[in-house]
Amino acid sequence: MSDTHAHSVAFVRETMLPQQPPPVTEAGVVKWMRENLFKGWFNTLLTVVSLYFIFKIVTGAYPWFANGIWNTSSLAECRDMLDGMTGACFSVLTERWNQLLFGFTYPRDAYWRPTLAFVLLIVAIAPVLYPKAPRNLLYFTAVYPFLAYWLIWGGTLLIPLMVLVGLVAGYFAFKQFERQSFAMGMIAGLVSAVVVIWAGSIVPASMPNVMAIEAVQSRDIGGFMLNMILGTVCVSLSLPLGIMLALGRQSSMPIIKWICIIFIEFIRGVPLITLLFVANVVLAYFFPPGSNIDLVLRVIIMITMFSSAYIAEVIRGGLAALPRGQYEAANSLGLDYAQSMRLIILPQALKISIPGIVNVAVGLFKDTTLVSVISMFDLVGMIRGPILASTEWNGVYWELWGFAVFVFFIVCFSISKYSQWLERQLATDHR
Amino acid sequence: MAETANAPMAISDEVAIQIQSMNKWFGSFHVLRDIDLTVYRGERIVIAGPSGSGKSTLIRCINALEEHQKGSITVDGTLLSSDIKNIDTIRSEVGMVFQHFNLFPHLTILENCTLAPIWVRKTPKREAEETAMHFLEKVKIPEQANKYPGQLSGGQQQRVAIARSLCMKPRIMLFDEPTSALDPEMIKEVLDTMVSLAEDGMTMICVTHEMGFARQVAHRVIFMDAGQIVEQNEPEEFFNNPQNERTKLFLSQILGH
Repeated sequence: MSDTHAHSVAFVRETMLPQQPPPVTEAGVVKWMRENLFKGWFNTLLTVVSLYFIFKIVTGAYPWFANGIWNTSSLAECRDMLDGMTGACFSVLTERWNQLLFGFTYPRDAYWRPTLAFVLLIVAIAPVLYPKAPRNLLYFTAVYPFLAYWLIWGGTLLIPLMVLVGLVAGYFAFKQFERQSFAMGMIAGLVSAVVVIWAGSIVPASMPNVMAIEAVQSRDIGGFMLNMILGTVCVSLSLPLGIMLALGRQSSMPIIKWICIIFIEFIRGVPLITLLFVANVVLAYFFPPGSNIDLVLRVIIMITMFSSAYIAEVIRGGLAALPRGQYEAANSLGLDYAQSMRLIILPQALKISIPGIVNVAVGLFKDTTLVSVISMFDLVGMIRGPILASTEWNGVYWELWGFAVFVFFIVCFSISKYSQWLERQLATDHR
Repeated sequence: MAETANAPMAISDEVAIQIQSMNKWFGSFHVLRDIDLTVYRGERIVIAGPSGSGKSTLIRCINALEEHQKGSITVDGTLLSSDIKNIDTIRSEVGMVFQHFNLFPHLTILENCTLAPIWVRKTPKREAEETAMHFLEKVKIPEQANKYPGQLSGGQQQRVAIARSLCMKPRIMLFDEPTSALDPEMIKEVLDTMVSLAEDGMTMICVTHEMGFARQVAHRVIFMDAGQIVEQNEPEEFFNNPQNERTKLFLSQILGH
């Protein structure tokens, strides 16, 4: 060897060895394939068998997609065009596109309203989901629910406006009384919000045509729009409700604690579908006679209650995972209950609970299709009912259900990807 | 260093903490029995004793992390009651350092230090940050301000915990075995910080097994066993001439090797 003094025991390096690339078999694609696909005869066999099946599936499905027909007006016409070849009748999707999205009785000339509401939803949700989005957008997020209600249901703008005014009044009342105690603030806020909304309801009733657009009844709302409405509203309501239930369950005040425990355990012991039937039929008995609570609202109440109980249990797990020292440190610094929860305990507990919360949210979103059994025409209800039952499209199962699968998969997979990203963003403890 | 720290004139006549015939039970277990203790402003007290003797419970009663069932505790002239406002007032005047640091892992070091001043004292953010940097410099880790607790060593974390307490400008500091969870080479840096705090005249009650620290810094050493104060004396007398049999046994065990 030229760079060492081989003849003596003592050793002094005179030239440093340059870094060399690893052998081909230890890097890149070759290494990956060796390690993952062809490691031993059994792995190799599995790889070959899997490749065979993938090949069969792709070659089988390819003509179905490739020969797909997009522009006929009935299944019979589509079959004629295919003339015995394998091929999909995607024309059911194009022909019934608006029905799949908006249901079959939503006014045609108002399709732009839910579409606009959906686009604005993306704007409104951005500052909540991405910390880097401009903070000022949060004001828009606060106004959005009222705007979206007006866009989708129509009628006079004064109704959502009065509700907004009532909530703002409630907020200021809460701020006023919060100094005395948190509970006082909550009660004062709730009472003044209800009073202002109740008193203010005269205004839209007396002027039903001010800033009014064509009103749409709840039973005319359907299609994937209904799934989106139920999904977003119920997720965003059940998260705060779930947090309150989880904290209530830990409360040292026995009455609050028992109310929360009974609520959670009762809801968890009942199937969602039962609750939906209750919403459809029985719930009306609990409201004052004559009051006609909207069916969509009743369903929202039930799904929200259902998923908030599950979210509460997920968050309880997160709370239990925090060491007691965190509570003690927060207390020893003089933070009061609301502060220590908001600043110390919940940020950590919610971070731990993200996978569980997302699990519930994804489940909730898919469960919105259950409303089809109480004769609401969401995406599944539309496919099952008006579309498959029509004379034109009787028998187009693969295309329609495949479309439903695809749409739900896109949404649920995005939610799950977002939650993984969020977890990485929030990982500060073990870097 | 030791001479200045031990200067007796640091203690005033003003009473900082007064505990009178205080009793506490965990269920049916009588943890603290008839504790009487008066701590003067500027006084530094070390509490020693075998594990399970109630030393930690005693100092945790002072800022109401544990509730006592009989007797009274007066901190800074305020009688400790079960009223939540009263408890929060006392807690903001009394700093506490824990065995396991209990830093908030989701906040940076600086945020850990500024959180309580901003939310409890309503200090403006910039002012709170200046105070925080001042105390982080005092505990000699200003350069870590923007890291997260998980990135720091145990000794550094404990010094941050001390700085965090100091940011509330407490009049009394409680230490609950601050060095017990640390590697030997990190104990010194934390003790040094505590000594420098002592030199500033802070009223301190410290539960610790560091007898060297007790000798150097304490005005008074209290020995507890089975929930009672068994013996208390100035450090010289306490270590050289213990009276009670239990104290003798404890000291022979702890100083034996």
